[in-house]
Amino acid sequence: MDNVYFDNAATTKLDSEVLKDMMPYLTENYGNASSIYKIGREARKAVEDSREKIAKVLNCKPNEIYFTAGGSEGDNTAIKGIAHSYKDKGNHIITSKIEHPAVLETCKQLEKEGFEISYISVDENGILNLEELKKSIKPTTILITIMFANNEIGTIQPIEEIGKIARENHIYFHTDAVQAVGNIKIDVQALNIDALSLSGHKFYGPKGVGALYVRSGVKFDNLIAGGHQEKNKRAGTENVAGIVGIGSAIEKAYAHLDEHNEQIKKLRDYYVEQVKEKIPYIKINGDMEKRLPGNSNISFRFIEGEGLLLNLDLKGICASSGSACTSGSLDPSHVLLAIGLPHEIAHGSLRISIGKYNTKEEVDYLVENLVEIVGRLREMSPLWEEFIEEEK
Amino acid sequence: MDYSEKVIDHYTNPRNVGKIEDASGVGEVGNPVCGDIMKMFIKVENNIITDIKFKTFGCGAAIASSSISTEMLKGKTIEEALELKNGDVVKALDGLPPVKLHCSVLAEEAIHEAIADYLRKEGKLTEDEIKEKCHLKEHNCEHCEG
Repeated sequence: MDNVYFDNAATTKLDSEVLKDMMPYLTENYGNASSIYKIGREARKAVEDSREKIAKVLNCKPNEIYFTAGGSEGDNTAIKGIAHSYKDKGNHIITSKIEHPAVLETCKQLEKEGFEISYISVDENGILNLEELKKSIKPTTILITIMFANNEIGTIQPIEEIGKIARENHIYFHTDAVQAVGNIKIDVQALNIDALSLSGHKFYGPKGVGALYVRSGVKFDNLIAGGHQEKNKRAGTENVAGIVGIGSAIEKAYAHLDEHNEQIKKLRDYYVEQVKEKIPYIKINGDMEKRLPGNSNISFRFIEGEGLLLNLDLKGICASSGSACTSGSLDPSHVLLAIGLPHEIAHGSLRISIGKYNTKEEVDYLVENLVEIVGRLREMSPLWEEFIEEEK
Repeated sequence: MDYSEKVIDHYTNPRNVGKIEDASGVGEVGNPVCGDIMKMFIKVENNIITDIKFKTFGCGAAIASSSISTEMLKGKTIEEALELKNGDVVKALDGLPPVKLHCSVLAEEAIHEAIADYLRKEGKLTEDEIKEKCHLKEHNCEHCEG
């Protein structure tokens, strides 16, 4: 097989129908959405249509949606924007240990500015410790930012409870929902969410476009200064084609949500079952119930993840790992360490994220190759040798 | 990761994988915490490395570094083998990405440890002499201490 793509949490293939919707705005309808003439007005209408589609999915008002260049920008804008706007009320922010770097690094920047950040721990499945969250609240707490679902282990957080705690304590609640949107039904009103970031390319839309929901009444300083676009909250000529794409993609994702989720979850469960049956000495990371439908994260003991990925790549298989060697640092994934995995088991993790285009044949091909590659790498591993000798 | 053809060849088809049951010397370096362990087995006859095998837990660069060093050392005298520097391994692999250079250092250290083990078993030199001859150093990685 040529290109067997199992890294849908990293990015997804652009849906050809989404591309078709985008094409006019990459070609003849090239107008600037701020211009008054016909092609400008058409671009404006396309941008506002997309805004409505996103608002409908999240159950908010269109004027609470701001277009961004992606998830990281949304996280930066919401967290820094709210922190700076409310710094007179307090300087304390609560987040978790397993956030995406877009949130963690933003919090670290704020720490340097004098903000105080509490990093809440998670249990062995990656579920946020709610008691610790409650205890960490202070009179100076202005913001809670907790991801909706984790990108590495797929764990879905108790967002409703967090929203309730935040609301009761008059603290704003932002959630990085980059992995959740397109996979989970989200009602920002029911869940008491004040701000939410999402990214188009995680649900078969284009890269380089995202959206930020901020409940009306919540103030946030803008990150990018300049023109009047997005109600003076995000300067820069609108990425009209991208915005059309994200609107089209989110509409499609939610039109077929249950159907796709069922198909994806079935394939994911089949993959996990097959691995459990055919490969000994593995550890399944993350919660099996409160989990994104397409995500699996398995550690293969006694081997290292990069070697595994390279060998899969030679077979045309795309996947991801939490090993240090793939993160470009000495430490394995902060998420796997936060759920209590020892370093050597975190190094051997493999994330397979299944999407709507994957088939059972592809999963069979993956498992068949995994059995062979894991076996070969273990034969090569001194840790495996020691383990086998001890077993004897 | 931007690996050379040579590196890809060696991690895809590693040479001399395995262990030598009656090895003259065995050297193991690295740490599972860091994600790299290299174990080298040498067979020495008349001061010449007649056979060499390895086992490695680690990334593609670690596997390739182990593999190519075994090829480079087979048939060499102990003194020649001790001349092997990590730079030679990198050169033979047509380069390694900067973040992976430590993998070639591990290969050099594993060889030196295996030779030291052989010399200890031979019993002709004192520990200090062995340390000096084999350029043994403490594994210097702040990470491992944590």
